[in-house]
Amino acid sequence: MSPSPTPAIELNGIDKKFGAVHANRNIHLTVAKGSIHGIIGENGAGKSTLMSILYGFYHADAGSIRINGKDTVIHDSQAAISAGIGMVHQHFMLVENFSVLENVILGVEGGALLGKGVTGARAALKRLEADYGLEVDPDAIIEELPVGLQQRVEILKALYRGAEILILDEPTGVLTPAEADHLFRILGVLRDQGKTILLITHKLREIMAITDTVSVMRRGEMVATRRTAETTVEELAELMVGRRVLLRVDKGPAAPKEVVLSVRNLTVKDGRGVTMVDNVSFDVRAGEVVGIAGVAGNGQSELLEAITGIRKPASGEILIHGQPVAGFDAARLRALGLGHIPEDRHHMGLVLNFEESENSVLGYHRDERYGRGPLLDLDACRDDAKAKIEKYDIRPPNCRLKTANFSGGNQQKIVVAREIERDPALLVVGQPTRGVDIGAIEFIHRRLIAMRDADKAVLLVSVELDEIRSLSDRILVMFAGHIVGEKTPDTGEQTLGLMMAGIAA
Amino acid sequence: MENLDLISILGSTIRLSIPLIFTALAGLFTERAGVFDIGLEGKMLFSAFAAAVAAFMTGSPWIGLLAGITVSVLISLIHGFAAITNRGNQIVSGVAINFLASGLTAVLGQAWFSQGGRTPPLAATARFTEIVFPYANELRDSGILGRFYANVISGHNILTYLAFLAVPASWWVLYRTRFGLRLRAVGENPGAVDTAGISVTFLRYRATICAGILCGCAGTYLSVAQSAGFVKDMSAGKGFIALAALIFAKWRPVPVMLACLLFGFLDAFANFMQGKSVPGIGEVPVQIFQALPYVLTCVLLAGFIGVARPPKAGGVPYVKER
Repeated sequence: MSPSPTPAIELNGIDKKFGAVHANRNIHLTVAKGSIHGIIGENGAGKSTLMSILYGFYHADAGSIRINGKDTVIHDSQAAISAGIGMVHQHFMLVENFSVLENVILGVEGGALLGKGVTGARAALKRLEADYGLEVDPDAIIEELPVGLQQRVEILKALYRGAEILILDEPTGVLTPAEADHLFRILGVLRDQGKTILLITHKLREIMAITDTVSVMRRGEMVATRRTAETTVEELAELMVGRRVLLRVDKGPAAPKEVVLSVRNLTVKDGRGVTMVDNVSFDVRAGEVVGIAGVAGNGQSELLEAITGIRKPASGEILIHGQPVAGFDAARLRALGLGHIPEDRHHMGLVLNFEESENSVLGYHRDERYGRGPLLDLDACRDDAKAKIEKYDIRPPNCRLKTANFSGGNQQKIVVAREIERDPALLVVGQPTRGVDIGAIEFIHRRLIAMRDADKAVLLVSVELDEIRSLSDRILVMFAGHIVGEKTPDTGEQTLGLMMAGIAA
Repeated sequence: MENLDLISILGSTIRLSIPLIFTALAGLFTERAGVFDIGLEGKMLFSAFAAAVAAFMTGSPWIGLLAGITVSVLISLIHGFAAITNRGNQIVSGVAINFLASGLTAVLGQAWFSQGGRTPPLAATARFTEIVFPYANELRDSGILGRFYANVISGHNILTYLAFLAVPASWWVLYRTRFGLRLRAVGENPGAVDTAGISVTFLRYRATICAGILCGCAGTYLSVAQSAGFVKDMSAGKGFIALAALIFAKWRPVPVMLACLLFGFLDAFANFMQGKSVPGIGEVPVQIFQALPYVLTCVLLAGFIGVARPPKAGGVPYVKER
């Protein structure tokens, strides 16, 4: 456990610019051998760039890297690998139709023919499994494995290449809470066996739970390094955003009024014909936030799709203001006052190649405000977009910029602004702050509470339990397609966690 | 109909399938590496022309083959330069190659030989001619097996046998070598290859070179083995049929061969039916039969083959993030 005197990694004055963007400014960082070192910062703070430099994906404009006390030039990934650095990317670098074994040996096949390397790798995987508790079937095909196991394959890949330093970039973004806990146990074992781990995240809870030391990045600069035991969530959050942040949403008691959305005995099947939502009934009233908690994949997505007109329900009723709307398409539902912030902004919320102003009216582009006959009134669209940019503090404030060039948090704000500014009577929200930085989370949360206080009905689905608990007035827990219980927001995390796992009701 | 005809149909099936097999395997290499290769047709045509010219000038089919392969590899590298290095649109680059091939071969042929775009007919010694296996002629009249041996197994040129060798060889390269593993990986997730410290660019170039070599064999077969010289547009859409066979076979070597044989068989059947009457119907216009391969292509590609999952990174130039 006690770190040896020579640090595993020393970064000295790393500097990197992408055009006008100064991604890393004169970064100094020392990481002790055999420790878990967290790097925390908002989206766009430069964490990923710094790690990409360490892994040889980018070249720093200035600065030097020392690995285990030795000056090291890392000009490509191969050099990083030979320096003993392994990386688990946020988006897995796996070949999905390959087996685990093929993925592990890719790049280190051990000869021009595969036969011998495959046999060797099979034995090596057995050893790694025994040493670190990393179980996975070497012949399984990647795309058939759950994400938690896919991530394990990424870790195995790094270890198989002899990595002594492991970089994990936002490793829990795609994991269920149980999978994340499992990952943290594995990281603990790796550290105890002398590996050095760099954990990149923007989740403060993970930093507190697992790291020994934490460094904070803000706008390309390394602003502080603390021993985790000697800091607090509040201090780190403040360092990240540069001002005090409220981690709890300030809100008064709810004043629920008439029922706006009513779901009766709803059953929804997915594309394969599997029943994902099974005989679910609930109401959402004006002036309240109803949160649906659950581990991803328990039917929440299908429920949202049915309510928002994307998927036809198999049976049951959906009523908005008492009018049956099951099977209506999204356009008709919008006309009835439904706003939808979809779970996946890239997949459903935005067209990333469009400019901001186009996304800002997307779905409402037929509105007479934005058009003249069959033509779009571009000036009207842009003026409207500019007003939203101003009101929602979307950065950079340029409505002609391609949407892909906005950070995750700002992209989400584009969607939130579009839906909320239509002043819907019912707002259906899925994962509103997934992959969004703290500043934007706070902002989006305040907007949702403002909707509630303006007597709108809000249905919130999120896999972030903290988010559900701080925003909701009532919490419904979903498990295996059923609503297994209704709780108040002051219910303990553990109780909710057990319900989400289907253990208690 | 006389039953002896099946054997001769099979014989010509083999002959008609060879350019398809070479070309589809060529496409297999590039497309598994994530580079769409709609220019197979053009490469085949270019190499047919080059092979015919070289064989005519030197009198050696082998030098013809070498020229066919060299030209085809060069064209592949141009495609690579546009699609890999400069990240251009792979379809546009391929279409350009096809137009270039059709026009340039005819123009050069006319300029050099003044025979309406043809190259002068090749002498037998400048061609790849039939190899007759031992006892083939003796067995020709000894029953069905003898006829099969003489007409289907024996009596083809060296490129035919090379094509059938290329099938297991391609399989072996793709599934049993380091190069093959990396090539299949780069067509699915180039990021995985890049982060493993392997150059995506170099790997894709090597894949296009493999395709160039195979297309070169296909083109040479057309002008120096099957025919005795180059004729304008002699590839006649075979590159596209090969592409269809490749999709039909879901980008796997052995099914590629079977698909090509099927297309070859339909072609041979159409030739055979020329001027013959169908019992109960009478004489059917030969165009009906000639259309069969294309009808089959449409039917198959319209979804009768189940889900054909192309290599995931196909057609997408690789750009590091940002």
